[in-house]
Amino acid sequence: MSEVKTFQTPVVPDPILAGPTDFEVRSIDTMCINDSQLKHPWWYNFKYSLVGIFFGIAFVKAEIISWFRIQEMFRLQSFHMYGVIGTGVVLGIVSVWLIKKFKIRTIYGESIEFHPKRFSRGQIYGGLLFGFGWAMTGACPGPLFAQIGTGAFVIGVTLLSAIAGTWIYGYFRPRLPH
Amino acid sequence: MTPVINFADKYQRSMMQILSQPWPWWAAGIVIGLTVPALLILGNKHFGLSANLRHACAACLPANIQFFKYDWKKEIWNFFFVGGIVAGAFIASTVLANPEPVQVAPGLAAELQGYGITDFSGMVPAQLVSWESLFSLRGFIMLVVGGLLVGFGSRYAGGCTSGHAIMGLSDLQFPSLIATCCFMIGGFIMANLVLPYIMAL
Repeated sequence: MSEVKTFQTPVVPDPILAGPTDFEVRSIDTMCINDSQLKHPWWYNFKYSLVGIFFGIAFVKAEIISWFRIQEMFRLQSFHMYGVIGTGVVLGIVSVWLIKKFKIRTIYGESIEFHPKRFSRGQIYGGLLFGFGWAMTGACPGPLFAQIGTGAFVIGVTLLSAIAGTWIYGYFRPRLPH
Repeated sequence: MTPVINFADKYQRSMMQILSQPWPWWAAGIVIGLTVPALLILGNKHFGLSANLRHACAACLPANIQFFKYDWKKEIWNFFFVGGIVAGAFIASTVLANPEPVQVAPGLAAELQGYGITDFSGMVPAQLVSWESLFSLRGFIMLVVGGLLVGFGSRYAGGCTSGHAIMGLSDLQFPSLIATCCFMIGGFIMANLVLPYIMAL
């Protein structure tokens, strides 16, 4: 386990063009890469489901999954979504600051790690394309799942389409400007 | 004896009423904001939902593409998280359902009526998000092409609204600020300049 942590320089000069190992996947795309080195039984993951349940209820009850709220946001017809995202970000900033300041550990005693994100042009091109899709479907990936949960099963097609879009990106990744 | 029971009953009913009404923006903001430290403290997990789309590719169809060749089983916590979101959405739309139609801003309602979108009874407009609509040109573009753009764009940008706009900004990451601004710019362009033509189809 310790070899992963002491591994410092990538073997390949450009991890985007060459094949990434798990470590390089993290360095080029830090989102959602598991930092825990602990091995737990699979059912330990149910605690994340519990967080998800609260999250899903808030998503639906505050109508964040509503196509109408997203259209209002992009037409500046309502403050609602700006308030939701703004409150979330402010609380997130305070939480992360407190975690760093007091070196808060996980419930298993592991230190909590953060990884600086690297700028790439993908954040601009991809960001714009994502924005187009967000306004069209009225949903980003989280609400897609929640909409299915409310019984809008046709959104399952949109979700499969989003998975296909991710796959297409993976296929063309070496040829895209980053 | 009875007053106590009545009080409890009343309390329970008013609690359900509060929970059943649409929640104010700050209530949802608090839950979303607290998700960030909750996932970090429960197991060093970074909030980000579009990663699940990538894990799904890695699990189902890696097709020897380098981008999908990693140990996706290490990330199954995120599938459990998403499963919780689906379950939470089910609870919110059944037990805590709001019987009233969704309130829509008058300006938007007037605009949508011009495109034949008049049903505001659900969270999503039934005239756009339905199986019949899916097989029309307008519905196909909005649901299928829109979905492709969400999946392609989020991975190209290295994250979506959760990974960049919430988690990334919480960690004061400048690349996340750029991505978030581009999400918004893209959304403004699509909703105001392009979507009217699509909805008129």
